[in-house]
Order: sequence, then C-alpha cells, then structure tokens
Amino acid sequence: MKKFLSAIVIGAALVGAHAKDIKLLNVSYDPTRELYQDFNAAFIKHWKAKTGDNVTIQQSHGGSGKQARSVIDGLQADVVTLALAYDVDSIAEKSKLIPADWQKRLPHNSAPYTSTIVFLVRKGNPKGIKDWDDLVKPKVAIIPANPKTSGAARWAYLAAWGFALKKYDNDEAKAKDFVAKFYKNVPVLDSGARGATTTFIQREIGDVLVGWENEAYLALKEFGADKFEIVTPSISILAEPTVALVDRVVKKKGTEAIAKAYLEYLYSDEGQEIAGRNFYRPRSEKALEKYGDKFAKVNLFTIDEIFGGWQQATRKHFADGGVFDQIYKP
Amino acid sequence: MAGYVSKNIRDATSKSQRGTEESPLVKWTLVALSGTFLAVFLLIPLANVFVQALEKGWDLYVSALKEPDTVSAIKLTVIVAAITVPLNTLFGVCAAWAVAKFEFRGKSLLITLIDLPFSVSPVVAGLIYVVMFGLQGYFGRWLDDHDIKIIFAVPGIVLATIFVTFPFVARELIPVMQATGREQEEAALTLGAGGLKTFWYVTLPSVKWGLLYGVILCNARAMGEFGAVSVVSGHIAGVTNTMPLHVEKLYNEYQGQAAFAVASLLALLALVTLGVKTLLEWKQSREFARAQQNVESMMNK
Repeated sequence: MKKFLSAIVIGAALVGAHAKDIKLLNVSYDPTRELYQDFNAAFIKHWKAKTGDNVTIQQSHGGSGKQARSVIDGLQADVVTLALAYDVDSIAEKSKLIPADWQKRLPHNSAPYTSTIVFLVRKGNPKGIKDWDDLVKPKVAIIPANPKTSGAARWAYLAAWGFALKKYDNDEAKAKDFVAKFYKNVPVLDSGARGATTTFIQREIGDVLVGWENEAYLALKEFGADKFEIVTPSISILAEPTVALVDRVVKKKGTEAIAKAYLEYLYSDEGQEIAGRNFYRPRSEKALEKYGDKFAKVNLFTIDEIFGGWQQATRKHFADGGVFDQIYKP
Repeated sequence: MAGYVSKNIRDATSKSQRGTEESPLVKWTLVALSGTFLAVFLLIPLANVFVQALEKGWDLYVSALKEPDTVSAIKLTVIVAAITVPLNTLFGVCAAWAVAKFEFRGKSLLITLIDLPFSVSPVVAGLIYVVMFGLQGYFGRWLDDHDIKIIFAVPGIVLATIFVTFPFVARELIPVMQATGREQEEAALTLGAGGLKTFWYVTLPSVKWGLLYGVILCNARAMGEFGAVSVVSGHIAGVTNTMPLHVEKLYNEYQGQAAFAVASLLALLALVTLGVKTLLEWKQSREFARAQQNVESMMNK
C-alpha cells in the first residue's frame, strides 16, 4: 500500500510539475571547495522546494586571480565567488561581463562572509610564534602563497604591511623593509592558497602557514588538532571575499533569476549558518551568536583604511615592477 | 660479400659484452649506479602510487573510481584520446610519407615544424588557443555571438592535446620509412599496382611496428597531458576535468586516497604502454633479423 501511494506521489510529481533542469556554474577560489559543496546541496534543496526545478551546480576552483582570468577569457560562469573585490573588478573592467558598480548590488559590499589572515603552526609551537614580528626572525620558514596569483597571499602581504606600518608609526621605508624580511623567510611560493596548505601539511615544509583563517580551521578538522595549532596575531586584515552575478552570461543562458537567488541565499539564515559551520565569519547576528565564539578576537583593519582600496594597493604593490617585485628575490 | 659484412657485424655484437677494455668493476659500478637511480627516482615513486591508492583497502579504491566526477573524468580522457590519436596518426603517416619518399623545397622546414611541439612549453600550447578562441581573442566575439564554445569546453581540450601529441607518430615513422627506402614501392608500381594499393600492401606492412609504437606513445601522452589542458580546461568538476586534472583536484580537496586511485589508472596506462613498446621492439628486431637471414641465404646461394 505504501509503495502504491509513493508511486502515485512520484507519478503526480512527474506529470504535474514539469520540473526544469537548470545548470549553474560557480567559478570560485581555492579554499571554498568544502563551503560550496555544503552550500550547493542546501540551495538545490531550497530551490526544488520553492520552484520544483532541479538545479545542478557545477564548481570550478583555483587561485582567485587565475579564475578571474578564465572568466575574462570566456569561462561561462553564472556567478563568481572570488577571494577579493579586485578580481571581480578586473572581470568588469577587462571583459565588461559585469557592470562596474557590481559591488553595490548586494549587502556588505557583496561579501556575504568574511575571514582574516592567521598563522597555523606545528603542535607545541616549537618556534614560539606569537605575532607578525616572530615571522621575520632568522631561521623561521613561513609558507604564504604567491601574491601575484593567490587572493589569500595578497591579504597576507597587506596584513604584514599593515602591521609594520602600525609598529613603525607609518614609516613606509621600514614597512617595506619588514615585508622584505618576511619574504626572505619563504622557502616556496605556491600559486594558490590550497597549494600552500598542502605544502605545509602534507609535504611538511615550513614552520608557519600564513593564510586564511577558514583554511587553518579546516586543516585542524581534516588532520586533527593534535598536529597543528592556530596562532592569531595581535592585528590582521579584514578579508572580504566577494560574490557577483556575471550579467552577460546569465542573460544569454536565461539563468538570471536563479543565479541571483543563489547569491542572495548566501545571506539567508541557512547560508550564513553554512558559512559559520565552514569557518567563515558570518555577517548575520544570528549566525555570529552561534559561531562568533569560535573565532579569536583580533584587531582588524580594512584595506580601504590603510591602502585606499584594491585599485591603489594593486598598482603600488602587486603590479609588474611594484613593491612585491622589488623585494621578492627567490 | 654482404654475407661477410653481416657476419662481421654479428661477431662484433657478440663480442660487445666486453665493450671497451675497462675492467668489470667499472662496468658493474655503472650498472649499479643507473639501477639505483632508476629505482629511487622511478620505481619506488611509481610503486608508491599503488600503495597509496590501496592504502584504505580495495573496496574504497573501487568506490573512489566509481565517483560520478571521476567517471566523467575517465570518459572525457578517453573521448579526447579517441579523437586525437586517429587524427595525429593520419597526419603522422602523411607527413612521414612526404618527408621520407619525396624531395621538395622546404622539407627541412617541415621537419622542424613537426618537432615544434616538443620544444614548446605545454603552457604556451594552451595559451595560443586562449589567444585565438578566448573571449578576448581574435575569434572570441564571433564565437560567443554564434554560441560556439571552444575554450573551457571539450573542443579546446582536444585542440591542445592534438598540439602536444602532434610529433609522436611522424617522428617514429620518418626514420623507419627512410630506412626501408623506395625500391620496393618502385617495384610494386612497375608491376602495375596503383598508389593506394602500393601504400596498403607494400609501405604499410613494412612500417607497421613503428607506426603502432608511435600510436601507443601518442595515446599515452594524449591521456596524460596536464599543462596544456590545464590552461584551456576551466576546471569545471564533472565537465571539463580530464584524469590528470582530476588527480590534482582530488589531492587539493584532501582526498589523497581517491587522488592516488585515479593516478594509479594513469600509472597502469604507463606500464601497459611500456609493455607494448617492449613487445613491439622485440617483434621488429625479430622480423629484421629474419629478413636479413633471408637476404644472406639468397646471397650465399
């Protein structure tokens, strides 16, 4: 009898709903693999319940700058969820697939979750790492990624610079010297955040991984808290990974409504809950209440305060011949 | 006369055990050195792939290979090879035929061009297609307006693979075809066979082992190519990830065992390739020896 009933229900669903099959492509950066696995499953369920349509969400991950380049070159992303606003800006500027004012279209500068840069050290903290100063000491090997290609690495570079500016009363020359010492301690520069993590954890190179807070917590979860420790510095940068609709692609594919709903769902209670669960700092009060305690209190400055925004920071530090090119000599 | 020469050659080969007048100590040190080198840098890492793949047991190994994304990566790799290898075989035969049997202006240029993919970095091989067919490239807007996808889709992956596997068949065939010379074909033509018939019954049989060897190498590279494909793939899981790209993805997602499971398939492919290669070489040398014996006995009569 039960079987019979469920057969009827399924049959009715098949006849009545005319469920559409929709495919979305989310082009994202490196460490969000687990976050979006989780979030996509939730959104598929939500969309099915709301409209009856079946969504398949395809994912592409890699270094944030590289992913932006792919979208510029024609990778048909419905949405991009990248590590920093500058990469979305590049898409807008170079390919005109996204309007220039994209960042105002969603709340919180289009960054539904935030993170920061912390240190991951081996158990017992054998090198006694407590703050940014300790990273530039001799015989400390640190693993950030390459700021030319990785979002996390850019945030890490800027965080170190910001710390040095505060420490030396805004003396630019001393800050440059500090960051130069920082990169002198780098044995290997991976192109993406996840590559840096596997270098540190699986290839066991280096004393300190300098990277995303969420990535550090995920490493603890995957590899056990008995092997690594998280060290939160006295001061760090507020990292805002941003999301955007790729207008031209969704208009062409006819996926505008669902792609918009997908991004908005990141701000919903469930979306925020998933962000918190995956070690991103959520924006909503409710999720912060639940997950806020997990994250150490850290003094955060923004890129706008210290560097005057991404355009300026990129031109000065990361462009060809910029400060990073001057100080980093492998 | 010919018999005498070939006998001398055989004597020389049988004596080559001694090689030069160096002492056996030198010989065995060299053998041991290269043996250790091979073991440390090739055999142990290769064996390790299988150890890691089977670390958590056979059941997990099989279930890792049954993952939908993995299955789609295997399918895509097979499809790419199935398009690339026949095309490059056809091209290789044409090119080798032209180079070995005809004299024409620009021949050395053609040979150099055939070798180009060997000397170009795979990244460049990928990028040239992005520059041509990417949205900002020469044909980008037109392709986009007509809804034709090349880059970040299967056609782009096929193009990049064709580029990097271009020389394999031609490079194997040219020396073999040159060695066999033109006499047999000329004989066939004077006996009234047409061009196609001559090719099919005279040329092809004399180069078949070289051809097969080229095809096998071409296939191994087509399935294993990482760099060029990585540039044009877009890395969409389950859609444009080939097996080598999928290995990297799994490894980056902390799924080490699954990554090694897929890697073990690629390693198996390598082993099969090597096995077939050895077999082909053995067959070829045996046929060559037999042919020489025939010539010898005819000469002696």
